Amino acid sequence: MSEYILQMENITKEFPGVTALSNVTFKVKKGEIHALVGENGAGKSTLMNVLSGIHAYGSYSGDIIFKGTECRFKSIRDSEAVGIAIIHQELALSPYMTIAENIFLGNERAKKGIINWDETIKEAKELIKKVGLNEKYSALIKNIGVGKQQLVEIAKALAKNCELLILDEPTAALNDEDSNNLLELLKTLNKEHGMTCIMISHKIHEVIKIANNITVLRDGKTIETLDNSVPVSEGRIIKGMVGRELTDRFPKHTPKIGEIGFEIKDWVVHDPLNEERVIIKNVNMHFRKGEIVGLAGLMGAGRTELAMSVFGKAYGKKISGKLIKDGKEITLNNVEQAIANGIAYVTEDRKTAGLVHIQDIKRNITLANLKAITNGIVVNEDEEIIIGKDYREKFNIKSTSVFQKVGNLSGGNQQKVVLSKWIFSTPDVLILDEPTRGIDVGAKYEIYKIIIQLAEAGKCVIMISSELPEILGITDRLYIMDEGRVVGEMKTSEATQEDIMSTIIRSSAGR
Amino acid sequence: MNKMKEFLNRNIRQYGMIFALIVIMLFFGIITGGKLIWPRNVSMLVRQNAYVLILAIGMMFCILTGGNVDLSVGSIVALVSAMSGLLTTTIGLAPWLSIIISIITGLLAGMWQGFWIAFVKVPPFITTLAGMLVFRGINNIILNGQTLPLSGLYITIGTGSVPDIAPNRIPEFLRIGDLLNLQNKPEYLNATMLFVGIVLSIVYVFVVLFTRKSKLARGYEVASLKSVVVKAISFFIIINVFSYWLAMDDGLPIMLILLAALYAIYTFIATKTIPGRHIYAMGGNTKAAELSGINTRKMMFLVYSNMGLLAGVAGIVTAGRLMAASPNVGANFEMDAIGSCFIGGASAYGGVGTIWGAIVGAFIMGVMNNGMSIIGLNVFYQSITKGMVVLLAVAFDMYSKSKSRLG
Repeated sequence: MSEYILQMENITKEFPGVTALSNVTFKVKKGEIHALVGENGAGKSTLMNVLSGIHAYGSYSGDIIFKGTECRFKSIRDSEAVGIAIIHQELALSPYMTIAENIFLGNERAKKGIINWDETIKEAKELIKKVGLNEKYSALIKNIGVGKQQLVEIAKALAKNCELLILDEPTAALNDEDSNNLLELLKTLNKEHGMTCIMISHKIHEVIKIANNITVLRDGKTIETLDNSVPVSEGRIIKGMVGRELTDRFPKHTPKIGEIGFEIKDWVVHDPLNEERVIIKNVNMHFRKGEIVGLAGLMGAGRTELAMSVFGKAYGKKISGKLIKDGKEITLNNVEQAIANGIAYVTEDRKTAGLVHIQDIKRNITLANLKAITNGIVVNEDEEIIIGKDYREKFNIKSTSVFQKVGNLSGGNQQKVVLSKWIFSTPDVLILDEPTRGIDVGAKYEIYKIIIQLAEAGKCVIMISSELPEILGITDRLYIMDEGRVVGEMKTSEATQEDIMSTIIRSSAGR
Repeated sequence: MNKMKEFLNRNIRQYGMIFALIVIMLFFGIITGGKLIWPRNVSMLVRQNAYVLILAIGMMFCILTGGNVDLSVGSIVALVSAMSGLLTTTIGLAPWLSIIISIITGLLAGMWQGFWIAFVKVPPFITTLAGMLVFRGINNIILNGQTLPLSGLYITIGTGSVPDIAPNRIPEFLRIGDLLNLQNKPEYLNATMLFVGIVLSIVYVFVVLFTRKSKLARGYEVASLKSVVVKAISFFIIINVFSYWLAMDDGLPIMLILLAALYAIYTFIATKTIPGRHIYAMGGNTKAAELSGINTRKMMFLVYSNMGLLAGVAGIVTAGRLMAASPNVGANFEMDAIGSCFIGGASAYGGVGTIWGAIVGAFIMGVMNNGMSIIGLNVFYQSITKGMVVLLAVAFDMYSKSKSRLG
């Protein structure tokens, strides 16, 4: 038997009109953590779907050899039977069931169809301990955080006695602390239980920290496998991913900052579910024309809530305070009014709140500003095509045509469609909430360029981001938020990551 | 070639439906020995199925908002027909006034439901289930179990045709009556119908060509001249064959004018106006629609109010065809309408579907009903057949979607 637990040889997978994988070879050694990196659309997820049987044998060409035997998986059940488990980016947990029930979902501890609850609970407790989950087995999934849900997923995989665990972007939705815990857990499982892991990730620094080997995919092809026993540099990996060296991760710009365009004064927002609770506590901010202002802070600092409450009260109850645009006070009672007053909010959650996936690119772009292509009552669909083509070209939205459904685009291109939509609504104030989340390095650069163009066109750009390097790389000034209040304001040129973090920590300690 | 492929890919479901309709018509045409396509039967098909078509148009909007349905339409039809009986026969109002008031009653019933759905957030399924019981009850109270006869304008709408402008002038020159072996071979054609057909088809061709030209002039994307000409010629032929067919019977049914008008208005709303776009968008992703400034509550209210309005129109049409207001009218109408939409390609999750699809779906149901009745198939088997067709149509849809999905 070879040292490889898994060998995927010459895998080719085609979708109508697209070759997602061409002759990909991917080998994983027993007992290692192997990272799979690449831009969005490079074929990482497709490769893992082939491996786990989601794309059934016969729908691709090439061989999969697992533990020395050739495998022909017809479904995910087949791959689970030989010990391969996959944890998808979107967690597959049932929110109204308990942790224990979820761990054994589809794999119930039962005899002749009757569930053995004693056994279920006993094993669940063991698994909960093993993954370091600090919750009772009877807690409902909907009541625990995403980080903990991720641990439940891992426990679920362990319950299936898996030998090869595939994790697709496991830390994408987690904050730094939860991410670290998860990575530590993976290391422990790897060392103490000999679990082999394949991890797909965009977070290159994490990959370097944890992986033994790193395989880079680009455009459906294997580019290289890097040995990470001596840590590889970020630049080296990025070079493999994009095919060139990205010397500047952030485009240069010289800001032309004008007068104050938008102000938030004494802004107070209450929790929509619990009106006693104050979510945003007396926030005061101002934004100048042509300026990119960052909102830094930890998850749950209230940045998204602030943005959405400003955007036509899309979040929160009992909202008080003033909004001043171009020196005049404005009242925004709903999203329609917000848009009409030139405010745009690009949501952090483009999948569930940003796009209509079953509609095509052009329709998504015009959705928030149909009035602009309507004469009286008729929507001019020809004009719409021209507008769609215009944005597709301008922002380099990779697609077959403007008639392509946005659900079939990669994350970066979807984000460009969302940005196009809001730019087409001709706002004066743009609030961007995590505009580069889940987007690969190359596309990020393009998004930054768009953001800078907007600022140069004299708009107030507000950018919420949890990635400090990004905030430091692109903004002109930044506010630091913590627990619903502003705890600091700095010029970006004078700020460092340490400054920001220590401001947050000091503010928390002060309470 | 590639463009053609792309076009077909985008519209495959629509053309598939028309293809299915043609196959079903041919099938029943053959096994009924041609009776299905006799002119008398064709004009009856239009009148008989008008109510399904009208309801299916409204139902399509409900489904588009997110796979919601309206279960109460059959009962609203019953309520409206009872109102008609009450107003004309018992109270003695003029039929035209009674028709207006009855349709408004339908609209109010729809607004009532729209209120609960949009502003109190009671799920549509439950609201309309309640409405189904409530409106049926009101019908029974009004009619007290009796059937009231209707007259005048009601019957004209339900069964009438546009008067012949030149009776017994144009001979049936193609001798199709002989070809089809008709029982009563028509010797003359209905001039009104022929005239309307010719004018309409010519206007159609001109509009199509003119639109293309003006689009070109403004630099918009247009289909190739060849495809436009082919399409125009085919429609020219279809319209004229159809009008010739009806001209062999009693000419242009008033119902057909009503249907054509409703089809045109609602297709326009669905495809060319902002509210139409908003309905599609909210069906595709409600949250994204709300964050794009769409007032989804208002849209829900409008959609269900409109459903009530159309159910009111369907109520008048049904009452007129039956020439009476009766307690049991409208039973299972909601199922016919919902079935038509799904046969016609609506997605059960919302956001996908066309008015055209609803119409074709309704005709598929209608042709099957009619064909099975002509061959004298037991009604129980008819019901089984209809059920299976709805099931298989959606199953086919799911299958073809899973085949074409990326990723």
